[in-house]
Amino acid sequence: MTKRFALGIFDDEDVLMHAIENVRAAGVKIYEVFTPFPIHGIDDALGIERSRLPIAAFFYGMCGLAFALWMQIYMLGFDWPMIIGGKPHIALPAFIPVSFELTVFFTCHGMVITFYTISKLYPRWRTPVLDVRSTDDKFVMAIEINESTDLNNLSKLLRENGASEVNEKEMTKN
Amino acid sequence: MAALSVALFFLGVFLYSVYRTLWYGIGEWGLNKTVGWAWDITNFVWWVGIGHAGTLISAVLLLFRQKWRSSINRAAEAMTIFAVICAAMFPVLHMGRPWLAYWVFPLQNTFGSLWVNFNSPLLWDVFAISTYFTVSLVFWYTGLVPDFATIRDRAKGPIAKVAYSLLSMGWTGSAKHWSRYETVSLILAGVSTPLVLSVHTIVSMDFATSVVPGWHTTIFPPYFVAGAIFSGFAMVLTLMLITRVVFKLEDYITMEHIALMNKIMMITGSIVGVAYITEFFIAWYSQVEFEQYAFINRATGPYWWAYWSMMTCNVITPQLVWIRKVRYSIPLTFVLSIIVNIGMWFERFVIIVTSLHRDYLPSSWVMFSPTIIDIGIYVGTMGLFFTLFLLFAKFFPVINMAEVKTVLKYTVDNGPTYTGHDPHHDLIHKPTTHGVPANAPVNYNKHD
Repeated sequence: MTKRFALGIFDDEDVLMHAIENVRAAGVKIYEVFTPFPIHGIDDALGIERSRLPIAAFFYGMCGLAFALWMQIYMLGFDWPMIIGGKPHIALPAFIPVSFELTVFFTCHGMVITFYTISKLYPRWRTPVLDVRSTDDKFVMAIEINESTDLNNLSKLLRENGASEVNEKEMTKN
Repeated sequence: MAALSVALFFLGVFLYSVYRTLWYGIGEWGLNKTVGWAWDITNFVWWVGIGHAGTLISAVLLLFRQKWRSSINRAAEAMTIFAVICAAMFPVLHMGRPWLAYWVFPLQNTFGSLWVNFNSPLLWDVFAISTYFTVSLVFWYTGLVPDFATIRDRAKGPIAKVAYSLLSMGWTGSAKHWSRYETVSLILAGVSTPLVLSVHTIVSMDFATSVVPGWHTTIFPPYFVAGAIFSGFAMVLTLMLITRVVFKLEDYITMEHIALMNKIMMITGSIVGVAYITEFFIAWYSQVEFEQYAFINRATGPYWWAYWSMMTCNVITPQLVWIRKVRYSIPLTFVLSIIVNIGMWFERFVIIVTSLHRDYLPSSWVMFSPTIIDIGIYVGTMGLFFTLFLLFAKFFPVINMAEVKTVLKYTVDNGPTYTGHDPHHDLIHKPTTHGVPANAPVNYNKHD
């Protein structure tokens, strides 16, 4: 599916932040903003919801802890009970290190896999980018346009809010 | 190129020594009936310790919002990964049959359901090191993704374009992705911080949970962690000073960074020094004669030279950092960082070999001396480490570009830091207000 975008290019992140506020206030829907580095407060300005990744991370961690405890208690306590060093079969203090490590293991990998999955990041042969300068030092505001969009007005709005240039670009979304 | 050739030569030494070890067996090493592990575990602990500074810089300093870390964290994280790879070589080779290394994992086997021993610190090591390695790798890679995207969009050749496109996972820098990315970095840092402390604590438990005099001490976990940070920062300094000169990164890795790292090295060095003295005091205070003998033997026995090398390198020399001139001198810092690395190797050697070679039973007292294969494997892992590091420096961004960009803007707002006169070097300049109407509500000081 091919989409058309108006791209407002900004040179400075503070100008961009104000532009985001004003463009949204003018009732224009921002499709996406591309920046070379994370900008503090941009999620609030764009109305991006707070990520629920921390909750997921906690859940993964608990799974790891439960798995580790189950594994050690089952293996050494029930499946093949053996007395080692005079310790009881289920020697919980000795199980702490492995339980801790597996909690961390599950937290990290679970969270990172979730991050890549929900962000749809995976190795691909070529990456379509709306403006290659957005990974260098420019800030790009993309606004989706269709037949009914008044391009002149939109361009004026972006320029008034500090865009150093306004471009149009088509992109096939895959 | 010359550096890579040297590194590859030592990698060759490593491969040859590994071949000898695997073909003829562990008998190629200098181990004997009393000193059952010597250089292998020494090198293992030494390498793991070096690795820890990377996580410390990337995780702990991120949590403490230390902005200065951003120009050194990438290389430090790479160092962690490569150091842990080198460390892992030793226990795996010590198994004698590394192709059966999977036996250390709790896998169902064909001999019946006999499981690994979860009471053993050596098994805790397996979990600690594998968790540490994979988590560090993921942390490092996720940090690299935005920078790979920058390189991808700047790449000229078709091969580079495809390669960096694959590596960058299709990163576009959208605000939503950045928001999640920051959340992920923060949580990874949050869990990596206790992780890195736990890993060296567990490594120290390999010794501390035994009954060998000189090992059986409760001070080991914090003492090993401090030693790890100490040696790790020394290695970071060694590498960063080389990288700084070779890649001309004087604007990014400033004297301030070097001085700060020097200070951390000095503080952890002092902690280690206190630990050495505490060990001695506790040995005397415990009134356990075996314990007392172990420590007197360390300082005055046949391995006195190793003990005093350790003391000189780790306790006395880092104190020079108190002098401002030393802290801000590149050649002196470089020499100091090498001395600390040598000292920390001796520390591990002293703990392991001097404790083992004379324990409770005088009839089993022996001396240990390494064979050429022992030395070859150790020197060889340095070849492996530097080969990996040089390849990393060649193909990967050695500085976290995205993060440095955020700091650069900050320094612009608080007065320019760059004072050079080279116009091509003028990376830090006032942001242009070109195209912005004069009455636009722009506040350049809106940073928190």
